[in-house]
Amino acid sequence: MRSNMHLHGVDYAIIALYFVFVLGIGAALKRFMKTSLDFFESGRSLAAWITGLAFISANLGAQEVIGMAASGAKYGIMTSHFYWVGAIPAMIFVGVFMMPFYYGSRAHSVPEYLRLRFDEKTRALNAVSFAVMTLFSSGISMYVMGRLFQLLLGWDINVSIMVAAVVVLVYILLGGLTSSIYNEVLQFFLIVFGFLPLVFVGLLNVGGWTGLQARLSTVATDAGYAAGAWTQSWQHMGSPAANPMGVEWFGMAMGLGFVLSFGYWCTDFLVIQRAMAARSMNAARLTPLLAAIPKMFFPFLVILPGMIAIAILPKTAFVFNGATDYNMAMPLMLQKFYPPGLLGLGLTALVASFMSGMAGNVTAFNTVWTYDIYKPYLRHNGTDAHYMWIGRMATVFGTLASVATAYVAMQFGNIMDLLQLVFSFINAPLFATFLLGMFWARATANGAFWGLLSGTGAAAVHYALTGVGTGMLTAVATGTAKLHLYPSDMAQNFWGAIWAWSACFVVTILISLATTPRRSEELKGLVYSLTPRIRDGGQAWYKRPAVLAVVVGVLTILLNVYFW
Amino acid sequence: MQLDLRLPIGLMFGVLGLLLAGYGLMSDPAVYDVSLGINVNMWTGLGMLAFAAVMLGGAWLSSRKGT
Repeated sequence: MRSNMHLHGVDYAIIALYFVFVLGIGAALKRFMKTSLDFFESGRSLAAWITGLAFISANLGAQEVIGMAASGAKYGIMTSHFYWVGAIPAMIFVGVFMMPFYYGSRAHSVPEYLRLRFDEKTRALNAVSFAVMTLFSSGISMYVMGRLFQLLLGWDINVSIMVAAVVVLVYILLGGLTSSIYNEVLQFFLIVFGFLPLVFVGLLNVGGWTGLQARLSTVATDAGYAAGAWTQSWQHMGSPAANPMGVEWFGMAMGLGFVLSFGYWCTDFLVIQRAMAARSMNAARLTPLLAAIPKMFFPFLVILPGMIAIAILPKTAFVFNGATDYNMAMPLMLQKFYPPGLLGLGLTALVASFMSGMAGNVTAFNTVWTYDIYKPYLRHNGTDAHYMWIGRMATVFGTLASVATAYVAMQFGNIMDLLQLVFSFINAPLFATFLLGMFWARATANGAFWGLLSGTGAAAVHYALTGVGTGMLTAVATGTAKLHLYPSDMAQNFWGAIWAWSACFVVTILISLATTPRRSEELKGLVYSLTPRIRDGGQAWYKRPAVLAVVVGVLTILLNVYFW
Repeated sequence: MQLDLRLPIGLMFGVLGLLLAGYGLMSDPAVYDVSLGINVNMWTGLGMLAFAAVMLGGAWLSSRKGT
C-alpha cells in the first residue's frame, strides 16, 4: 500500500479498551466455570438473543467482512445471494426442523449426534475431519489478520499473531464457551457501530442508492455487462455470461442456496454449538431464527461499502504489488471516510472479528476433541474434572496448532489452497447425511458412512474432470482433457457441491435399503417421524419458532424482490 | 447462574461512547473533512451512550426483579 494508515492516540485508546474488556469478561466468568458442562456448553443456560447474535458472529469472521466487501466491489449486489439465498433459508430450516434433534438428543456435539443416530465410524469420520478443518481455518484467519495489519499499519506480523493467540487463549481458558460467546456478541455490536457510519457517509457521498446505481452502471458497462449488473441481484442470472459471477440461477439456487448453505448452517458444529448452549429447547430453536434478522441486513453493512468503493475509487486504487486485490475495498473505505476516533473503532471491529472467529474455532475444537475423540477412544471413564482439564489442554493445543498453521500458510500458500479444496470435498455431501438421518428412519449406519465417502469421492472426481474457462483451448493448454468447462470458479464450486450431495443422497438410500435398519425404539428423539412434536404454546407469539420463521421468510423474499 | 452480559456490554460501550463523543467535541473540525464535514465521532459516541444506557438499564431492572 502506498500510504500506511496513520493512527492517533484516540485510536490506540479504543483498541486498548477493547482488549481490557475482552480479558475482563474472561476473568469475570472464571467463577462460573465449575463443571465440564459450564466449560463446554455454557451450562446450557444462555438467553436466545445471546446465542442468536453469537450464531451469526461466529460465522462473521473478519475474512467475511473483508471478503464480502471485496465481492461487493467485484460482483455488486449479487453478493447478497450469500445471505438471502445462501444463509437465511437454511437458518430457518435448522431452527424449525433440526434443532429439536440436536438439542433434544442431549448430544454434546454434532458428531455425537451422528453416533447416536448412526454409529461410531460415521461419528469418527465427521469428528476428525471437523477437528482438523477447524484448526486449519483458525490458522488461516490468523495469517490473514497478521498480513492485513502489516499492510495497513505496518505492524509486525509475528507480533499480531502472538498477541491474538495469547489473548484468545487466556479468555477461553478462563471462561470457556461462555467467554467465546460473550465476545462474539461484543464483536457483533462493534461491527454495527464500526461500519454503520461508514455506510451512511459513503452513501451520502455518492448521492444515496440512486446515485450509487448511476455510478455502478458505468462500472458495469465498462466491464461489458448490462447497466444494472452491479445493482440488480437476479435479473442477470439467466446465463452465466450475463453477470460478473459467471453463474446461472439454477447453479446458484441449488449449489449455494441448497447444498452448500444447508451443509454449513445446519451441520457445522461451530454455529450449532452456539444454539446448543441455549437455556431451553425453545431458546435453542429461536437461536438461528433471531440470528436471521440481523443477518438479512448485513449485506448493507458489509457489501455496500465494497460497492461504494468500486463506484468512487479509481481502478488503480485496488492494485497492490502489480495485482488487483479487491480485499482492500473495506480498508480503503475506512481510510477514505474515517477521521481519527472512528478509524480506531473500525479497526477494533476488524480485530474483534478476527479474534472471535479464532475463539469460535478453538472452542468448537476443544469440545469435539474432548467428547468425540478423547473420551470414546482414549479414556472412557474419567472424572468430570479430568475432562475439563483435557478441554483446557485441547484449548492450548488448538491455539498452538492454529499458530503453526498460520506460519505454514505464510510459507506455503499452495498447500493451503489444496487443503481448502480437500475440505470442500468433505463438507459438500454432509447435508444429505443429516437430512436422511433426521427425516428417514430407514437410513442405516452403513448407508450414511458409505454415502458420505461417495459424496466426497464424487466431489473430487467432479473437480478432476471439469475445468474453468471458455472453449476447449484452455483444456488443451493445461494438458488435461476436461469433460466440461465452467464459466467461473464459483460455478464449478456450486456444481461440484450439487454432484457431491446427489451422490451421497443416492448411495445412502441404496445401501440403507440393502442393510438392516435399527429398531424404531432406539431412534426416538433422533428421527422426525419417531419423535413427539413440540407444541408451541404458552410462549408469547414472538417467541414461537413457527411465527418467527414466517416473519423472517417473508422479509427475505421482500428483500430479494426489492433488489431483483 | 451466569454473568449478565448486558453489564460488560453496557460498560464497554458507555466508556467507548464517552471517549468518542468527548473526542468529537474537542477535536479540530478540520479532521471531519474526510467524513463530508459530519462530526461522525460525536454522533457515533452519542449513539453508543444511548445503547449503553439501554443495556445497563435492562440489566439493572432484571437484577431488581431477582431473576
